Amino acid sequence: MSSVAAYPTTWRRPPQIVKDRRWRIALQIGIFVYLVLAISTVDVNWSRVYEGLERGQRFAMGFLQPDFTSRWTDISRGLIESLTMTLTSTVVGVIISVPVGIGAARNLVPRSVYYVCRGIIAVSRALQEVIIAIFLVAMFGFGPFAGFLTLSFATIGFIAKLLADDIEEIDEAQAESIRATGASWVQLINYAIQPQVMPRLIGLSLYRLDINFRESAVIGIVGAGGIGATLNTAIDRYEYDSAGAVLLIIILIVMVAEYSSSYLRKFLQ
Amino acid sequence: MTEIAHYSEVWRHRTPRKRLFMWMGWLALVALFVWCWQLMTENTMWYFVLDAPRQAADIGGRMVPPRWSYLPELMQPLWDTINIATLGTIGGVIMAVPVAFMAARNTTPSQTILRPMALFIIVTSRSINSLIWALLLVAIIGPGLLAGIVAIALRSIGFVGKLLYEAIEETDARQIEAIEATGASGAQVLSYGIVPQIMPAFWGISVFRWDINIRESTILGLVGAGGIGLKLQASLNTLAWSQVTVILLLILATVVLSEWVSARMRQAII
Repeated sequence: MSSVAAYPTTWRRPPQIVKDRRWRIALQIGIFVYLVLAISTVDVNWSRVYEGLERGQRFAMGFLQPDFTSRWTDISRGLIESLTMTLTSTVVGVIISVPVGIGAARNLVPRSVYYVCRGIIAVSRALQEVIIAIFLVAMFGFGPFAGFLTLSFATIGFIAKLLADDIEEIDEAQAESIRATGASWVQLINYAIQPQVMPRLIGLSLYRLDINFRESAVIGIVGAGGIGATLNTAIDRYEYDSAGAVLLIIILIVMVAEYSSSYLRKFLQ
Repeated sequence: MTEIAHYSEVWRHRTPRKRLFMWMGWLALVALFVWCWQLMTENTMWYFVLDAPRQAADIGGRMVPPRWSYLPELMQPLWDTINIATLGTIGGVIMAVPVAFMAARNTTPSQTILRPMALFIIVTSRSINSLIWALLLVAIIGPGLLAGIVAIALRSIGFVGKLLYEAIEETDARQIEAIEATGASGAQVLSYGIVPQIMPAFWGISVFRWDINIRESTILGLVGAGGIGLKLQASLNTLAWSQVTVILLLILATVVLSEWVSARMRQAII
């Protein structure tokens, strides 16, 4: 009888991630203390928020009843700038990032070239597009040309890194067999590497096209042209219905780009 | 002594027809590029572009040496930035969990209404950058940390929601069935069948997003949403380039550190 009574009737789920009980308690206390400290630094002006709610409501109405017509010339100009900027910067960025990516593949080039190319990639990836845009706008003046340069620069880091990682993971047997025919380095790239990485490179370029459009909407805020500039102006003028229209256009184009690029990538691979 | 004809033929990767199509494709791309380039540079002032190297040298000259005495002033904004990212991530994750459960095919309460709605929320949140969210929120609820936190949270919903709902859809159906076979209610199935399976993915995604949010919150101040970006904006407006250098180096250090922390944490979890 006693053994039956001792049999546990309840079961507690064992902890999954932090197994030690003391660590768990310490973590919970630490998180609690941090949250108290962090939330205490956020001083919210509630009367301002309350005032703003009415404005928020107007914005929501503007989003539901967007006004495409009254600022259509501005919107269409921003849109053309954004789209052209996206395409040209992706093309130029990919063209530059192919040699950089090959140079950053450990299995193809000598060490010195490898470090230089990895350095270029690291610099391009470390800084945000918006910060680069600030500098390029200061150097090249306002307008889509600065935006084009920003996006090309950001594209180099993205494509070159993923391409280099992809080249490092190729099937060595194929490269070996091309080498065994006495092929030169250029022939090796052309016949062993390129066929293996080309589908992925095209896929990455399409993906980057998609990202570049999204980013082109952002860098306009700091003066690099495109639809972001139009959006910034609309919000500064408190024209929430025009801003809603711009946002809807951005969402629509991003959706179309995402679906068509994922379809194309499936078709190509 | 006649040579066999086909030996002398040069091997080619593709048939002539395919090659023709490929050349047409490349030609179309080049034409499109040239056309876009002309449209884009219609209003470009080439005078400014040609002037750029001189400008770059000028700015570069003003940026060094960095004004290190500015560093102590930056600690409070840096703390704010980290708080924006962390609190924003927490808020975003809290909102993303129900959205993810509504969007996953195997847990959604209704395929026809709630699932498309959840997917729309995810797409909207993903396609609008946090800087644009911040721009809107600063106009609506006023400048300050709250706008930044809400912007980061709204932006995180899409990212976390998308990855989490994919994780939910990949759960092992047999484990869920086993829980169901014990006579568990819907909530119990969720709690004992699905949640333990997605827990590692959940923490991994959250930490990953936190890392991205640190990166993004450093620039939110440019539109008035608090943090170190405010200082950056102030320094840029007063053309204090030596302070800009200090801020950029600090941002870089923070980003690298947060990347390291998130990589370590994800390694520990998964």
